Amino acid sequence: MKLSIERGTLLKALAQAQSVVERRNTIPILANVLIEAEGAQVSFRATDLDIEVVDRAAAMVERPGATTVSAVMLHEIVRKLPDGALVNLTEDATSGRLTITAGRSTFSLATLPREDFPVMASSEYSSNFSAKAPELRRLFDKAKFAISTEETRYYLNGVYMHTSTGESGPVLRCVATDGHRLARIDATLPEGAAGMPGVIVPRKTVNELRKLLDDDEATIAVSVSETKVRFATPAITLTSKVIDGTFPDYTRVIPQNNTRRLEVDATEFAKAVDRVATVSSERSRAVKLSLDEDRLVLSVNAPDSGAAEEELAVAYADERLEIGFNAKYLLEIASQVDRENAVFLFNSSGDPTLMREGNDTSAVYVVMPMRV
Amino acid sequence: MPSLCRDCLTPFETGPRCPACRSPRVLAHAELSSLSIAHMDCDAFYASVEKRDNPALRDVPVIVGGGQRGVVSTCCYLARIHGVRSAMPMFQALKLCPQAVVVKPRMQVYVQVSRAIRAMMEELTPAIEPLSLDEAFLDLTGTDRLHGAPPAVTLARLVRRMETELGLSGSIGLSHNKFLAKIASDLDKPRGFSVIGRAETADFLRPRPVRIIWGVGTATQGALEKAGIRSIADLLRWDRADLVARFGSMGERLWHLARGEDHRRVNRDEKLKSISKETTFFEDTSDPDILDGHLWRLAEQVADRAKAKALSGRTVTLKLKKGDFQLLSRRHALSDPTQLTDRIYRAAVEMFRLEAGRGPFRLIGVGIADLAPEEQADLSGDLLDPDAAKRAKAERATDAIRARFGHDAIVKGRSLR
Repeated sequence: MKLSIERGTLLKALAQAQSVVERRNTIPILANVLIEAEGAQVSFRATDLDIEVVDRAAAMVERPGATTVSAVMLHEIVRKLPDGALVNLTEDATSGRLTITAGRSTFSLATLPREDFPVMASSEYSSNFSAKAPELRRLFDKAKFAISTEETRYYLNGVYMHTSTGESGPVLRCVATDGHRLARIDATLPEGAAGMPGVIVPRKTVNELRKLLDDDEATIAVSVSETKVRFATPAITLTSKVIDGTFPDYTRVIPQNNTRRLEVDATEFAKAVDRVATVSSERSRAVKLSLDEDRLVLSVNAPDSGAAEEELAVAYADERLEIGFNAKYLLEIASQVDRENAVFLFNSSGDPTLMREGNDTSAVYVVMPMRV
Repeated sequence: MPSLCRDCLTPFETGPRCPACRSPRVLAHAELSSLSIAHMDCDAFYASVEKRDNPALRDVPVIVGGGQRGVVSTCCYLARIHGVRSAMPMFQALKLCPQAVVVKPRMQVYVQVSRAIRAMMEELTPAIEPLSLDEAFLDLTGTDRLHGAPPAVTLARLVRRMETELGLSGSIGLSHNKFLAKIASDLDKPRGFSVIGRAETADFLRPRPVRIIWGVGTATQGALEKAGIRSIADLLRWDRADLVARFGSMGERLWHLARGEDHRRVNRDEKLKSISKETTFFEDTSDPDILDGHLWRLAEQVADRAKAKALSGRTVTLKLKKGDFQLLSRRHALSDPTQLTDRIYRAAVEMFRLEAGRGPFRLIGVGIADLAPEEQADLSGDLLDPDAAKRAKAERATDAIRARFGHDAIVKGRSLR
């Protein structure tokens, strides 16, 4: 294998590959990236056995071929090369090394045979549809803060992507929860997605997927089966196993009868929460919301460290209410609001609270209160 | 020899009966007025509370425990006569004692009673170290003038007060350190009061088996047995260096304890790093029902201890030892600290489920680590388990009402039956 490629193109292609590679590996080949050169294209494939990413880039291929080298090391080398450099990759079959030259720099990396590289078995996808990058970005970005990290409830360690019915018809829905907060985000159901099996997309996949969604104009081809999910752009294909488990029935969790309505400027609210939380104890970070007619007092009382209070003008017309929340959870849900005011719907100080943006029900959040 | 009547608390010189009330419950010991480290252990605590609250149970064997867990938590002395023991599977207990009445544990009540006992102890000394809901170390050194009586009298008053005000009995061990005080409280149960003085410490310990030493369980016992050590006398024959070489830091401890030396202080603020309970089985088991029962019982003990110490844990730990002695330790970080049996048990079960196939096991243990004050515990419920929130809420509401209006302000319906 022998090829030349522009440094910037190579760096971009390797960036995604190396981030999939796990830093600590017991299987040496999983630390490597599989480089395959063919025609006018080179592809970089990396996997952790659960996720596989293939990144394709244009290159001048002199001699087709394939080999594997350390993904992290190759990425580091390329990162440190000067911008605009032309990088030559040459595989020396006799020495079993890959030589990288650029300008006056030469590197030689150990390789492992391509035959040993585990390629993820292809799957029969029962649903194929395409979605605009901004749509998918909204679905996952707004849901992912609520993903659980609890290993025992592994079925919460991802975003549950499925189809459902929203207020204005069928939707593609993403839900995530860790038992303390929940995010339910809807998008118009893309053509071809009806009948799609619901899948739990693992946290790491959600993070890797994010890198495919930066381009507003991009269209993502989504394929779903019971066991795998694939997101593809012309240059990158991300394939991932889905979490083998049953996502709990979240519909029971979303309060239907919360009537006490608070409307507040989300940015002002978040800033105030952040300010008063400064004195709260590191671990619990409890903030008390005291609501009275058109008046919200945020307060923290931490016996060991101090106290803080801030008052906000809000729209609230119900009876007095005092309710506590974890400051971090409040900040996270408040930061999901980007266009209108945040609307909180409370029941009692012990019941889950619902939050949405204005009257938009395509993104709702539920947060569990905390005793204060 | 200085003597004390345990019924009317009259001190006197010598005699088989109290000169004042003629009671035969006389405590006589040469060092009676100079010993001040005590261990108080309630007698069949859960069962006694049940008998107190339901007089119909007074003269029948009572087993607390069961439900779907199927393990004995505590049993009364009547049940013990039939051979029932704590941690015994329920079916076995009922085979031994079919006439026993099985009562489900009422933890909130036990916690409440435990707090009342704790309050009585607080009046005696600030140096209290609770070990669980029903036992604690007390250091009464230097309290003679405050209470106008030596520690032995103060302690006798304490148990008498527990009997008259709470209707519960306890046993006292009085000695010159924690190790011996704990042994002593177990010598004369129930309603016991045992004293181990400095003078007889060596003679007392020498013939005892090594398992009398706190922390020497089945495994250590086996290891000691291999070295030919069965009794404390055997231990005394060993050189300190040899014991350390063979058993590490445990050897060092054994050397001191065999000599009745224990310099640990009774310390309420002891910086605990974790609270854990474990049990070794007579026979290796992989029976999920039996193991589940143990998980519940251990979780309950851990929660008891946490409640007694006003602590909670952010991490739940599970320890399993396989038949071949391979040790498996699992940790589960909770989103917020807990001291509730329910949450500790559920986390332990989740971890256990992933390892259940690796049995049979010879030991199982449950614990909490990464401790936090109880004020930070269980502040927020679980969206996905609304019932848990309700249970926790009910328990807290009960606690709050009782704190304000007294224990009887709110009771469970079944306690009136």
